Amino acid sequence: MLSKSQARAFFLGGTILTFAVFIGLSWHTLSIEVPKKTNEQNLTQQVINGKHLWEANNCMGCHTILGEGAYYAPELTKAYERRGEAYIKAALMSKEPWSPRGRKMVAYAFSEQDANDLTAFLKWIGETDLNGFPAKPKYKSTVNPSK
Amino acid sequence: MKFKSQKVAYWFFALSMLLLTLQLVYGFIMGFAHMGYDGLHDFIPFNTARAVHTNLLVVWLLSGFMGAAYYIIPEESEHELVNVKLAYIQLITLAIVGVIAIIGYHFNYWEGRKFLEIPRPLDWLVVANVLTFLGIILATLYKGKKRTTTALVMTMGLVFAALLYLPGMIWFDNQTMDSFFRWWVVHLWVEGVWELIMGGILAYLLIKITGVDREVIEKWLYVIVGLTFISGILGTGHHYYYIGAPKYWLLIGGIFSALEPLAFLAMALFALAMYRKGEKNHPNKLALNWTLGTAIVSFVGAGLLGLAHTMPQVNLYTHGTLVTAMHGHLAFWGAYGMIVLAIITYSMPNMTGRKLYNTVNGSLAFWLSNIGMIGMTVAFGVAGVAQVYMERIMGVEFGDVQKEIQIHFAILIICATMFSVGIGLFIYEFLRYGQPNDEALIKE
Repeated sequence: MLSKSQARAFFLGGTILTFAVFIGLSWHTLSIEVPKKTNEQNLTQQVINGKHLWEANNCMGCHTILGEGAYYAPELTKAYERRGEAYIKAALMSKEPWSPRGRKMVAYAFSEQDANDLTAFLKWIGETDLNGFPAKPKYKSTVNPSK
Repeated sequence: MKFKSQKVAYWFFALSMLLLTLQLVYGFIMGFAHMGYDGLHDFIPFNTARAVHTNLLVVWLLSGFMGAAYYIIPEESEHELVNVKLAYIQLITLAIVGVIAIIGYHFNYWEGRKFLEIPRPLDWLVVANVLTFLGIILATLYKGKKRTTTALVMTMGLVFAALLYLPGMIWFDNQTMDSFFRWWVVHLWVEGVWELIMGGILAYLLIKITGVDREVIEKWLYVIVGLTFISGILGTGHHYYYIGAPKYWLLIGGIFSALEPLAFLAMALFALAMYRKGEKNHPNKLALNWTLGTAIVSFVGAGLLGLAHTMPQVNLYTHGTLVTAMHGHLAFWGAYGMIVLAIITYSMPNMTGRKLYNTVNGSLAFWLSNIGMIGMTVAFGVAGVAQVYMERIMGVEFGDVQKEIQIHFAILIICATMFSVGIGLFIYEFLRYGQPNDEALIKE
């Protein structure tokens, strides 16, 4: 039967081994793969400004990006591709709560420059290689036949 | 209670209950907003309610863990806490930092990163606070007569939890890297080191309540925390599937996430086996309910419902939907909410000397909160699965889908009301115990 010292060896050995593998893979991911998959060469100052605004206003408190955040408002990773620059800027600069389908967004009334920065951030993130996320719907919608 | 200084725990538990109450209020605000009743939008927009709801959760659980440590460590190490005054200061500063953060969230003072919304200047206060806490615990252990496995596992969990907070404080220009390290905090907390804290508290409770030999319980504790780390560390990969990290995480995350329920299954089987093996004459049956309850509900909520959407081919569709909220609610409740309520239920009669064992209110609190939370989980699950099929598979617009699933939030609110009544009764019982007093000290 298993003794206490064997159980401890299992715990310590297993932890150290998996942690070492995890660190190794993380290093490989961050130093080699992520810069390629996220097109780090396109990470301009404007995009970084956009990320600051994204965080300062807790956009993730309603939306998701890269599928992470809250589930109250649409996923935004592909917002640039889906809606285009003009629509995004209109939503960001609106002085009234933006509410295309009834659900209200905070009326941030961003300046033109801030709206440009955030749009640049969304454009950059939309070009990230996400291993196929978000999946394309399997059917053509019958609810919005125009799309 | 064997040591005077254990009384500090009471105040951490009281803070915990206060924050839990507030957390429920903000939960209701979000539930109603999802149903279309967003009358508070101008004062408490959804992102504020969300940040407050999740941060209160983290802080009430941490306050509960700290209280648990202040209660358990003196008894396990057979030594008074080294500095009680400092522990009270630590309690007050924890409350102050929490209150500043939460007020700040109402005035756009935050850092919009899920679960880590506390702005960086305040992060440093959190670090100072946690270091004070760890200093007291470690010094007590160092000076104590005994260093039990239970105490060591729990303390190891607390130390690693503090260390893992640090990667979340670094700024990254690249959102993918930001997210990568955010999970070092969030995932490695809840599916890693917090389970050490939980395992330590669980082992302590089982030793006390079932009377089974410490050596047996602690041996299995090692096996369980071993399984937790072996599956949980590489299981972090399930957060790296679709955020701009390489494809090998789909394989690694998929395999190790599939192993994650084993740790929880082991914990549930372990708790039940110890209960069957042990004496059944401990008078505090409610504490036993919560102890066995946490082991079982965490297996269902964290283990099984987690597994329900960590397969990469499933997660491709469920990632970033209400399915996550389904898993999140029962997992946090089962694994961490219930263990805090278990140690409170166990320790209150010992600290106050009032033996309010097995009251009707106490039983109702247990059953209503659990049934309410399971109902909420089902409501989230139905809403989430409907959302996945309509939005992700059929291609229906997000906003249209949200209108279709509004009705499930009505059910959610009904179940949440039941849950809140349960919590209300728990807090009523907590207050009925009154404050701890030295007459409750047991001389050996």
